[in-house]
Amino acid sequence: MLKYTLSRLGYMVVTLWVIVTITFFLMHLLPGTQLKNEEKLPPEIREQIIASYGLDKPLMVQYGLFLEKLVQGDLGNSMNLDGRSVTDLILQGFPASALIGIQGVIFGVIIGLALGIIAALRRGTWVDNLSTVIAIAGVSVPSFVAAGLLSFWVGVKWGILPVAGWESWEYSILPSLALSFFVISQMARYVRSEMVEVLDQDYMKTAKAKGLKRSAIVVRHAMRNALIPAITVLGPLTINIITGSVVVEQIFNIPGDGKYFVDSITTNDYTMIMGITIFYAILFIVAIFLVDLLYGVIDPRIRIASAKE
Amino acid sequence: MSKLLEVRDLHVSFKTYNGEVKAVRGVTFDLEKGETLAIVGESGCGKSVTSQTIMRLIPNPPGFIKEGEILFEGDDLAKATEKQMEKIRGKEIAMIFQDPMTSLNPTMTVGAQIIEGLVRHQKMSKAEARNKAIEMLRLVGIPSPESRLAQYPHQFSGGMRQRAMIAIALACQPKILIADEPTTALDVTIQAQIIDLMKELQKKTGTAIILITHDLGVVADIADRVVVMYAGIVIETGKLDEIFYNPRHPYTWGLLGSMPRLDLRSDQKLLPIPGSPPDLISPPKGCPFAARCKYAMKICKEQMPERTDISSTHQVACWLEHPMAPDVKPPVAAVGGTKDE
Repeated sequence: MLKYTLSRLGYMVVTLWVIVTITFFLMHLLPGTQLKNEEKLPPEIREQIIASYGLDKPLMVQYGLFLEKLVQGDLGNSMNLDGRSVTDLILQGFPASALIGIQGVIFGVIIGLALGIIAALRRGTWVDNLSTVIAIAGVSVPSFVAAGLLSFWVGVKWGILPVAGWESWEYSILPSLALSFFVISQMARYVRSEMVEVLDQDYMKTAKAKGLKRSAIVVRHAMRNALIPAITVLGPLTINIITGSVVVEQIFNIPGDGKYFVDSITTNDYTMIMGITIFYAILFIVAIFLVDLLYGVIDPRIRIASAKE
Repeated sequence: MSKLLEVRDLHVSFKTYNGEVKAVRGVTFDLEKGETLAIVGESGCGKSVTSQTIMRLIPNPPGFIKEGEILFEGDDLAKATEKQMEKIRGKEIAMIFQDPMTSLNPTMTVGAQIIEGLVRHQKMSKAEARNKAIEMLRLVGIPSPESRLAQYPHQFSGGMRQRAMIAIALACQPKILIADEPTTALDVTIQAQIIDLMKELQKKTGTAIILITHDLGVVADIADRVVVMYAGIVIETGKLDEIFYNPRHPYTWGLLGSMPRLDLRSDQKLLPIPGSPPDLISPPKGCPFAARCKYAMKICKEQMPERTDISSTHQVACWLEHPMAPDVKPPVAAVGGTKDE
């Protein structure tokens, strides 16, 4: 198990390096400049600023310097936001992003699970059809459309919840809901098809032949087996939540990392783009690793296989 | 001996897009305490549907009981509610299935799968049930049952899994054990072990067994009585010796004739049954076997034959038993050659 984890860590570092490299060179292809009010600056000062960020050096040298600093854990200072440290900025925005992201995933998984299970148990009835409609709508409607609709109806028309800002917990509800739609639909779809398959398995008949109650059969025998493949989508879903939050945070004006990310791209804030990309990449990679570990917890066959490695 | 189970004129159908599939069309048989009854027939003859209907395991829809009674100690299971059936399943009537590789839940330990039935029916505590589960595993011949209890099905071999299935089925001391092709998915050597185990456990517990199989070798080994089914009806029933030494129905001859036997001369060929069973959406109005029967007469295709008593225990549904029918000798491949020739 230790050997397995170590080799996985190795792969994670390689993955991160690939992401960093690709992003670095793509970023330099962005049109525009890093400097605000560039035309108003005297040329000497401009050159001085550019030199202070090392932007006058050849690209490969910049890349080398960047990697050198990265290995030391230094992400540099933001080029735009008053030269504050990128690490500080990310950590400052993270709690808000994490809160709406985690709430979105939890809410989405619970509702999606329930919908999927009920749809599978009531196959072919109106409940099943409703769940299919929700699933299709959730997949095809982008989160920014859902966000717009939510803020219009719940926020403006009914006036139940605040539309934008970040002052108390209420402000996190609408963005979390907007993010959870995709999770709900994905979970509902996967869990339904897995449940349908599991319910037809021979061991379900064995369980029934034991005289167990239907509720016990569903909870103890069906759900666990149906969850194994559903966990597979949890990784990509987390990714979706994070990328979705980039737009949703913008719409609800939440001071999270997603908002910084969009801002930094529009202002060519190189250090900030790299910092947030690395931060998100680490989150993704760790999420996928955790999902793999979770498999082992739920499915004993996988536990044994990885222990043998 | 008293009758434990009486199946009376049972009809089971399935609704499909193409029409109603009449899988079981009037099956009648009894089961006595402690005996072993074999139900034999080829795939699709309704033997598994019959056995699963007794436990009411046929999903409804699409399957439903159209007619008939299933009397278990006088109560009609055909009309029992789901709640009543939950108390019968596992406790009074237990079942083991064909494929032990897929019949155990892969994400639960074998122990947990035995224990849950005990906790449900015997009102045992977890600890008592655990001890009972260890005892059951020992009874079915699984070595070091204490450590095996905590293992998962994938850590068991096929034969071991079928033993575990038997342990699950017998844990609550059911009065009837329905074994639906319990050896079909196993190696031949393991098959023999499982059959021996079932015989031995039956001696110890006195459980009546309904054995569903198409393996006549297994039938000869374990059964007291045999029910031969074809296309959803019982075409012949009798004691083991009556079916094996005095078979009367051409289909039974076909089954026996397609099985290799030691008393055949080496130049004697096996006798397969040509053709395939009829479509059960629109079954023929006469004898369902008539189309494949080389002795078929005109009446066979037009009218269902009545049950004829050969003895008080041996019945057959065939027009050849009619006094006006020609005298037909069973083929040598079915009843053996050396004795008569």
